Amino acid sequence: MATMTPDKRAAHWRKTSRLMWTILVLWAFFSFIVHLFAVQLNSISFLGFPLGFYMAAQGSLIVFVILCFWNAAAQNKIDEEFGVAED
Amino acid sequence: MATKSSNAFVTNLPKIYGGYAGGFIGFVIILAILEQMGVPNKIIGYAFVFLTIAVYAYIGILSRTMELSEYYVAGRVVPPVFNGMATGADWMSAASFISMAGGLYLAGYGGLGYVLGWTGGYVLVAILLAPYLRKFGQFTVPDFLGVRYEGSAARLAGVVVLFCASFTYIVSQCFGIGIITSRFLGIPFEVAIFVGLLGILVCSMLGGMRAVTWTQVAQYIILIIAYLVPVIWLSTTLYGIPIPELTYGQALKEIAEFEAKHNIAKHHVAAFVDAKGAFSWVEFHNFWALVLCLMVGTASLPHILMRYFTTPNVRDARKSVAWSLFFIFLLYFTAPAYAAFAKREVYRDVIGQQISALPAWVQNWSQVGGMLTIKDGNNDGILQLSEFVINQDIIVLSMPEIAGLPYVISGLVAAGGLAAALSTADGLLLAIANALSHDVYYKMIDPKASTMRRLTVARVILVVVAIIAAAVAGTRPAGIIQMVAWAFSLAAAGLFVPLVLGIWWKRTTAAGALAGMIAGFGVCLYYLVGTRYFDMELWFGIRNISSALFGLPVAFIVTIVVSLMTRAPSKEMQDFVDSIRTPKGDLAWATGSRHD
Repeated sequence: MATMTPDKRAAHWRKTSRLMWTILVLWAFFSFIVHLFAVQLNSISFLGFPLGFYMAAQGSLIVFVILCFWNAAAQNKIDEEFGVAED
Repeated sequence: MATKSSNAFVTNLPKIYGGYAGGFIGFVIILAILEQMGVPNKIIGYAFVFLTIAVYAYIGILSRTMELSEYYVAGRVVPPVFNGMATGADWMSAASFISMAGGLYLAGYGGLGYVLGWTGGYVLVAILLAPYLRKFGQFTVPDFLGVRYEGSAARLAGVVVLFCASFTYIVSQCFGIGIITSRFLGIPFEVAIFVGLLGILVCSMLGGMRAVTWTQVAQYIILIIAYLVPVIWLSTTLYGIPIPELTYGQALKEIAEFEAKHNIAKHHVAAFVDAKGAFSWVEFHNFWALVLCLMVGTASLPHILMRYFTTPNVRDARKSVAWSLFFIFLLYFTAPAYAAFAKREVYRDVIGQQISALPAWVQNWSQVGGMLTIKDGNNDGILQLSEFVINQDIIVLSMPEIAGLPYVISGLVAAGGLAAALSTADGLLLAIANALSHDVYYKMIDPKASTMRRLTVARVILVVVAIIAAAVAGTRPAGIIQMVAWAFSLAAAGLFVPLVLGIWWKRTTAAGALAGMIAGFGVCLYYLVGTRYFDMELWFGIRNISSALFGLPVAFIVTIVVSLMTRAPSKEMQDFVDSIRTPKGDLAWATGSRHD
C-alpha cells in the first residue's frame, strides 16, 4: 500500500471528489438542463443551426469531449500533488 | 509483462497503422478504377467484404496467444490513443453506423436523444469508474464485484446481468451483420448471418482481447473513412465546403422550406413533438429518460468497461476514455448531417415525383425485402409523402447512391458497416465468453484449472455463444436500435449502482449490493418483458427502451437501505477501497481473497 498518512489520503480524496462533483454537475447541465429549453433555444440561430437542435446534435458533445480531457489532466495534477501518481 | 516483440510493435504503432490506412485507401482507388473499367458491382461488393475480413483474420492470427493476460487484457500494453480507436470501433456498432442516421432521419430532434445518450456516458466512465477499475486491474467486471462484495453471489449476479445485456446486444449486431452481408453478397439473410459469424470468430478466437484490440483499431480506420467519405463528398458538391458537420445547417433550412411548402406537420428540428407536430409531454419525458438510460448504460456495459483494463496504467486509462470519446464523437457529430442530407434529397427528388420515374436508388432498394415500400394509395401516379415508407436501417447504406457516387463507394460503406458490426460483436462476444470462462468456470467451478484449460474453455464458450446469438438473430426479434437500447437499460439497472457505490461509498455492504442488483435489474427486466410481450401498460408513458428509469432508483434505494441495515464492511475491505482510490502502490488485498 502507498505510504500515505490518513490525513493526506483524506485530503487527496477530498480534492478528487470535488473535481468529480464539478464535472458531474457540468455533465448534468449539458445532458439535461440545456435541452429542457430546446424549444425556446430553437428560435435562436447559431452557425446557421437552430440553437436547441445544435446543442443536442453538436454543442453538448463538444463539451463532453472537453470534460473528459480536462478530467484526465486535472486529476493527474491532483495525484502528483499528493505524490500518488504512478511513475 | 510485454515481450520484446510486443514492445517493438507498440512503439511502431503509428507507422504500422499509418501504412495500413494508406494501403486501404489505395485498395479503394484500385477498385474504383476497376469499376470504371466495367468490373461488375457484385465482384466489387465481394472484394470489399472478403478482403477486409481477410485483413482482420490476418491480424487475428498474428495476435494469437497462449498467455492469459494477453488473452484477457491484451497484455496491458495498449496506448491511450489506440485504445481510444479500438474502443470507438467496439462502441460503434451496426446501430451507430447503419441505423442511427436513419433514426435521426425519421425522428428529427427526437433522435438526438441517441446522439446525446451514446456520447455523454463517457464522462461518467471517466470520472466514476475507469481509473478505479484499472487500479483494481483484474480481468473482468464481475471480478471486481466478486472481490469488493466478498463472494460468489455478487460475482454470479454480475455475470447474469452481463450475460443478459451483452447477449441482447450481440443478437442485434448479428442482425446488422446479416443485413449488410446479405445485401452486398446477394445471399439470403439467414445464411449471411453465419457468414458474418465466421468473420467474428476469426478475429477473436486465437488471440482473445489482444486480437480484438488490434483488429478493432484496423476496423475503426475503415469505418471512419467509410462514414465520412459520402457526406464530405455530398457537402462539397452541394455547398462547396467539405465539412458536412457545418454545412448541414443549410440543408436543415432547405428541409424547413419543403416542410412549409408541402404542409408537413412534424418538423425535423422541432423538439419534443409528436407525429402531428404538436408539443407533447410524453415525447419530452421519453427524451430525457432515454438520454439518462443510455448514458448510465454506457458506464455499466462490461464490454466497454473492460477496455480500460488493457491500458498500461491508471493515468493512461483516464486519457484513454477521453480519446475513446473523441473518436466516437467524429462519427456521432456527423450522423445528423447524414439525416439532413438524405431528407433534403428525398424531399427534393423523390416526393412529388412520378412513381414510374423515381431515382435508381429508390428502385434498387425497393427490391430488398422490407427496406423501402412504395404504394400508390390514391392511384394518381405521383408519390406522396405518406406513400413512401423507408426503413431507417438503409439511410446510410443508400447514401452513396443518393449522392450519385460510383458503386465503389457503396462497397466502401458496406465495408465500414461490416467493420462496425464485427468490431462490436467481437467485443461483446469476448466479454460474455470471458465472464463465463473466467468468473464462472475458473473462479467458481475449477480454481485449479491450468492456463491451457482456461484458454480452451474460453474459446469453446466463444464459439457456442456466437452460434446461439446468430441463430436467435435469424428470427429477427426486434429492430436493431431497440435491442441495443434494451441492453443498455439492463446493464444500467443491474451494474451501475454496485460498481459506483462500491468505489465511492465504503459503507456499501455485500448484502446491500446484491439486494440492489437483484431489485434494480428485476424491476427493469419486468418492465421490459411486460411491455414487450405481455401488452403491459406503459408507466407514465415511458417507452421500454428506457426501462432502467425505473430500475435505477430502485437499485440505489435498496442498496443504500440494505447496506445501512447490515454490518459495515471490515477495516480490511475499507483499506482495499482506499487502495483502489490511489493510483500509486499495490492493492490492499483482504486476507483470504484469491486473485491472479
